[in-house]
Parts: sequence; C-alpha cells; structure tokens
Amino acid sequence: MLPDERTVASGEHPVRVEEDLLAARHAVRAAAVAAGFTIVDQTKIVTAASELVRNAYIHGGGGTMTVETVRDPAGRLGLRLRVRDEGPGIADVAQAMTDGFSTGAGLGHGLGGTRRLVDEFDLDTAPGRGTTVTVVRWKP
Amino acid sequence: MLGTDDSQVRSVLARMLEEDRSSLARDWAGQEPHDGDRNGQDLRREAVELLDALRTALGGTLPVSRIVDQDPAVRDALTSLSERRARAGAQPSATAMAILALKRTMLSAIERHTDDSALRYRAALLVNELLDSAGVLTFEVYSAGRERIIREQHDQMLELSTPVVRLWRHVLAVPLIGTLDSARTQVVMNSLLEAIQANEARVAIIDITGVPTVDTAVAHHLLQTVSAVRLMGAECVISGIRPSIAQTITQLGIDLSHIVTRGSLADALATAMQLLGDSARPGAVTG
Amino acid sequence: MNAGLPILRLGDILLSGLLSDLDDKTALAFTDELTTRIANEGIRGVIIDISRLEIIDSFVARVLMELAGTGRLLGTRMIVAGMRPAVALTLTELGLQLTGVRTALNAEQAMELLGWRRPAEEAPHAS
Repeated sequence: MLPDERTVASGEHPVRVEEDLLAARHAVRAAAVAAGFTIVDQTKIVTAASELVRNAYIHGGGGTMTVETVRDPAGRLGLRLRVRDEGPGIADVAQAMTDGFSTGAGLGHGLGGTRRLVDEFDLDTAPGRGTTVTVVRWKP
Repeated sequence: MLGTDDSQVRSVLARMLEEDRSSLARDWAGQEPHDGDRNGQDLRREAVELLDALRTALGGTLPVSRIVDQDPAVRDALTSLSERRARAGAQPSATAMAILALKRTMLSAIERHTDDSALRYRAALLVNELLDSAGVLTFEVYSAGRERIIREQHDQMLELSTPVVRLWRHVLAVPLIGTLDSARTQVVMNSLLEAIQANEARVAIIDITGVPTVDTAVAHHLLQTVSAVRLMGAECVISGIRPSIAQTITQLGIDLSHIVTRGSLADALATAMQLLGDSARPGAVTG
Repeated sequence: MNAGLPILRLGDILLSGLLSDLDDKTALAFTDELTTRIANEGIRGVIIDISRLEIIDSFVARVLMELAGTGRLLGTRMIVAGMRPAVALTLTELGLQLTGVRTALNAEQAMELLGWRRPAEEAPHAS
C-alpha cells in the first residue's frame, strides 16, 4: 500500500471451492455498490474479480481474495482487489498477459484483458512462488 | 536544527488546545470572511474538528513531521476543510489563508499560556512545522478536488454534446463532433447502447463528418463502438467518410472491411432501411 | 435431467435464459441438456436470453461460444439475446468478441431473426 493511501474498509475471502467464486463476485459487487461506483464501473471491477479468482482457482490451486475500499490523498475512493494463490506461479508472464481469448477463452490467464478493466494492475509471480495479482479501480 | 519534537512542548500545546478549545475555534473562524450564520457554523465546526484532531495527535507518538500525512483524524479534518472550499469555488489561496489564520491563532494563544520565552520559541517552531505541512496537504487536496470538479463538468458537457437521434423507427444516429478520444468514446458508447436498448433500435448510424482526423487511435475507438453495438444485436453503419479520410484510413492500413461505411448520412439511412428489411433473413454473424 | 434452468419449446425453437450468478456446474449441465434436446427434437433455432446476466466473464463467454459452435454443427442457429449495455461495454474492453455468436437486442427480435412472424394485427374495434 502506498503511504498516502488509506484503507476505509476491507474483507478477506477464501477461493478454495467452486462456491467461493460466486461469493467472491458478490463481495466485490457489494463493495463497489457501497463505494458508489456506476453500474458500468461495477460491472468492470466485478468482471475483473471474476477473472482473477477463477485463475487462482483453476491454475493456482486455490487462494485468497482481499477486497479493500481505499482513499487516495485527493480523497478519491477506490476499490483494491488482491488475489493471491500458492500455486505453481506463472512461468511465461508475457504469454499470460496476452488476451488469449479468441482461442480457448477461459482456459488461459487472459490477464491482458483484465488489465484494461482496471486503473492499476500489479502482477507478482515466479515459478514455485505462487501468484499475487493486485488491481485498483478508482471512482472518477 | 533545534529539536522541535520535544515532548514538553507537545504536552503544553495539547493542554492549550484542550483548555482553550472554544476560544481558539471562535478566534480562528472569526478571522475568515463568512456570510451568514450557516457558514459561520460550518467554520466553527471545521475548527473544532481540526483542533481536536491536532490535540489528540500531539498527545500521541507520531513525530510532528508525520502527523499531517499519517494521522487519520488530522488528515480527515484537513481534507474536508479543503474540499468544502473547493466545492464552494473559493480561490486557491483560500486554503492557505485558512491555515495561516490558524497559525496566528495558535501562536497568540501560546503567548497567553506561558511566559517562558524559550518554551514559546520551541512551541512556535513546532506549530510552524506542523501547520506548514498542513498547508501543503490542503493545497494538494484543493487542487485535486478542483480538477475532479472540472473533469465532472467536462464529462457532463461531453454527454450533452453527443446526442443520440432517432432517425427512424429502429434506426438511431450519433453525430460525432470533434476528436474521438477514449473519454468521449466511453460517453458515446454508454449513451448509444442505452439508447439502442430504450428504442429497440436495430441499426445505429455513427456519423463522423464532424471528426477532423481519423488516425489509428480514432479508428480503434470506432471499432470498439461498433463491437459493443453488435454485442447488443444491432448493426452499425459509419457515415460521413470523406474522400481524404478514406485515403488516410487505407494508407494507415486500418481494416474496416467488416464494417458498413457510407459517404453521406442520406446513403447511410438508405442502407439502414435495407438492413431493417433484411432482418428477417439470417444476418451476418458477429465477430 | 433438469438443469435448473427452464427450457421452453416453441415449434422447432428452444427458448431459455441464463440467470444471474451462473455457476460452473449449472452451466455445464445446461449445455448438456440443450445439446441433447437439439439433437433429439429436430431443433433449428435456440434463443438464450441473457438479460438477467449482470456479468459475462471469459468462462461464460466460452460457454456461449461453444454452445453456438456445437449448435452449428448440429444444424441449429443460436442467438444470444438481451445483453445489458454495461456488459457489452465490459466485454468490448475485455477484448472478447463472442466470435460465432449471433446476438439480438431481445427475445422478440431473436424470434424475428429466426423467421418467426408476429401474428397479423386484429382489425381495430369500433370506437
């Protein structure tokens, strides 16, 4: 977390079984509504969350999602999601960042598309070290 | 540099802020120009909030240099102080003046609290350091607040300047005027898609007569818009392609072959009617 | 076998819908049931109403694309109807084209695309 940001509210959600994927989407939707995002922005951040937790569930062997409502120095509200898994890590980051949707959609990581849905995107991964993706969407 | 973070000074100041709470607030609020009692009440409430936060912070363990950045209560008080002024459209100097006024207030209060000149001096240094960083923060928040307001007004203007027109039953048209950047594209897509839904439109005509240049970025935004319209089951026709634009698009190697384009709005409307008549037959598959 | 999602039949057209919060198990069971009925009942058109879907992620997109592909192989046209504007905007930004999937604004327009005609209007009553 940057020193200038403050967390207003946060919650941690497991991503272990299939039901967790649904619960995760609900949690992000609730947080986005509470923060006052528009319907379009809500849809974007919940879709991004869905992509990230699905990756963690399918490729990462399960993990955790943290949802935080944050505030920047200018007082702007934002939603930060951090999805962490203890899986094998991503060996080819460039490949994972391509869209990969035209073929086998939903099979690859497709992180490139997810990145376009958010304002800030951070990927921390290495083979054998698991994967942590952190994204932020600010309320304009 | 003389240590300004000494605990004796902090506790003297904290005590001062506690004992003289209301007179300090009144004195500070009184220095500011205000019209009407409502504004006066706001000012006093602001003052009390900030003074209380400062008192608590001075009694805590955060070093003075970090209080403004890291104490949540102090930040909140300073942020709302700035935002209120930003919303009211006050001059940029308003926040700085407010902080200067607080300095004056606190420094004269110190003199009333102690005759010890060394203590007065150290207290003055601490108040200076504390409120200087407060001034910087309030200015930053004020600027960001004004920028956000300007952006919001800009977005509202964008929305007003991209009207969606019902040309015919089930046919909508959007005349684009000016450059098509990503901000405007979002606004256009939003309005257009909502209009398609509301009007049960089957064809959307995007007229780019008013778009001065089409480069790869503009073409990308147009393609995105077409894509979104198709996802909702409507067909898109792009009209207003001037000969020079057509040449540029070809030279840039942009592929618009899967999009229906027409030179004039009239031609586009005729094409739209044809598309409507054809809609009972299997149409093109999306993508 | 009931997938939990109602599938209606109108002549040789199947009409169904995806509800909010579609989970993986339901999606797969739905796909199976649709495919079976298409093959067994001589279905030539399938309309899937997605107006209740608040989110379409890459998984749902894949389900839809695969359904369309399977349907095409079985000689059936599949139409996805009623995508919400926010979803269309998000899919576009995600870069998902839904290749091979025909779309319609709503179920009624989808029916027209499949050649279903509205019954002729009745003569106006005397006022």
